[in-house]
Amino acid sequence: MAGSGKSDMSAVISTVAAVDVTPVSAPRGEPAYAPAATLEPLWVRALLILIAFAFLMLFLFVPLIAVFYEGLRKGWDVYISAIVEPDAWSAIKLTLLTALIAVPLNLVFGVAAAWTIAKFEFRGKNVLLTLIDLPFSVSPVISGLIYVLLFGLQGYFGPWLRAHDIKILFAVPGIVLATVFVTFPFVARELIPLMQSQGSEEEEAALVLGASGWRTFWHVTLPNIKWGLLYGVILCNARAMGEFGAVSVVSGHIRGETNTIPLQVEILYNEFNIVGAFAVASLLASLALVTLAIKSFIEWRLHHQLTVHQAVYELNHQPH
Amino acid sequence: MTVSLAIPSKAPQRVLPGFRLSLGFTLFYLTLIVLIPLSAIFLKTFTLTWAGFVDAVTSPRVMASYRLTFGASLLAALVNVVFGGIVAWVLVRYKFPGKRIIDALVDLPFALPTAVAGIALTTLYSANGWIGRYLEPLGIKVAFTPLGVLVALTFIGLPFVVRTVQPVLEDTERELEEAAASLGASRLQTFARVIFPTVFPALLTGFALAFARATGEYGSVVFIAGNMPMVSEITPLFIVTKLEQYDYAGATAIAVVMLVVSFLLLLTINLLQAWSRQRGRVGKV
Repeated sequence: MAGSGKSDMSAVISTVAAVDVTPVSAPRGEPAYAPAATLEPLWVRALLILIAFAFLMLFLFVPLIAVFYEGLRKGWDVYISAIVEPDAWSAIKLTLLTALIAVPLNLVFGVAAAWTIAKFEFRGKNVLLTLIDLPFSVSPVISGLIYVLLFGLQGYFGPWLRAHDIKILFAVPGIVLATVFVTFPFVARELIPLMQSQGSEEEEAALVLGASGWRTFWHVTLPNIKWGLLYGVILCNARAMGEFGAVSVVSGHIRGETNTIPLQVEILYNEFNIVGAFAVASLLASLALVTLAIKSFIEWRLHHQLTVHQAVYELNHQPH
Repeated sequence: MTVSLAIPSKAPQRVLPGFRLSLGFTLFYLTLIVLIPLSAIFLKTFTLTWAGFVDAVTSPRVMASYRLTFGASLLAALVNVVFGGIVAWVLVRYKFPGKRIIDALVDLPFALPTAVAGIALTTLYSANGWIGRYLEPLGIKVAFTPLGVLVALTFIGLPFVVRTVQPVLEDTERELEEAAASLGASRLQTFARVIFPTVFPALLTGFALAFARATGEYGSVVFIAGNMPMVSEITPLFIVTKLEQYDYAGATAIAVVMLVVSFLLLLTINLLQAWSRQRGRVGKV
């Protein structure tokens, strides 16, 4: 209850709020007790679990296992050689490069946007929030299309780019741009609610004590949001490395030059090199599994952190 | 600064530094990366005459693709409401081995690149695949048919319903169910009258999110659909086809239709979420 300086009111409020806050801090999932009156008969429970299991099996687990199974079907030697094959290798390098540019850009944006939205009140905030979410609601194909309209030969900047011998479309810059667009909201989306729930009492305290703005950011804000930041970054990275639709439209599919891993998977699959396609795809599936593992870990940390902050926040900001 | 701290007023207070810098950068980057590129679509549409636009967005082939895209998205979202609802219920209410791993894996469709999902599902559901070989004797063909589109879109939308319903279920008060039971309600009545109304807005939001995601989906569908014009060709693929024929104006016109639909969906989702928050608050008081 670090920042509660509202004396008389908050004493009253805290007793009210304490009741409200408890369910948030209770362990996730199982209730502490489950009286028989609110529990279904055993056969209903068993049936529901079975249905859920069958559904997830059919749509999640089996496809996941199939990726690794098909990739390793002809043994490790074939698997490894499919991955170090020059075209696949250059696709891996291009994918890493793309993510290495797109993720930091959107990270900086995410922090700036979250700082603006969470720490200040201004007109048009909701419009800004909606605009930040826009790339999520646009089909990947359309995300690619806009760069064709801008930089293609018949595009708005096409003739100028051609005159100056700059290649954006069907080249690496186009792939990076499309990826930046598609992964634009990820970091901002995770940080905004987190920073809003944390309020700005701690920053205000640091400033009063004489810290500069940057110092406050580095030593107060950043430690508070680090797990949320990491969460946004790994989701952003997973999408940046795995994006297919948008990149497919702008890439031009030049082997060994403008193919990212997902595009390489498509090419191999369409050439009926099934083992090769799944071997390369298994890299992305492994990335997805690692992402989910880190995500679960952070959720556990974040849930703890958020619970504490939410309790403090709700104590201080109860509507009157 | 000390003055504004001493009075914790409700008036907008800008105690923290960096408002101009962060807002300026946010707007600059947003304009550069999102707004200018997106406006290219609308600018391009204006190069078409009205008749040309209508022709482009209502040709028989594109109409068939709308029917498939929106129809399959609707069905897939419905499938996810039913089964995603059950998954969320099971994950919140019951104990069973492997629960935490299953809970984590529900997000797989978010994390797994769509192309990987596409080739995996195609291989599984084709005539000699692990799942397809059992459906084939029953006369059910999934891969390279509209049914394949449904399978891919169900996969893609799976986490949405689960993840919107789960927190709402976690927050429901068991006391209400106990009260219902002690007043003589059967478990089924309690579910229909007490639990379902609480979860309904979340189910609806999850449905809308899954539907919105499915309408734009490309990567996982193109492998499994077979992509036959008039039969199993989705709208995003038709846009790509138009682009490959260098018909930029035609592609853009269809893209505008898709964009307008997704904006309307976004609006609906926001309204639904506001409604469900309100319901949540009323329920708590």
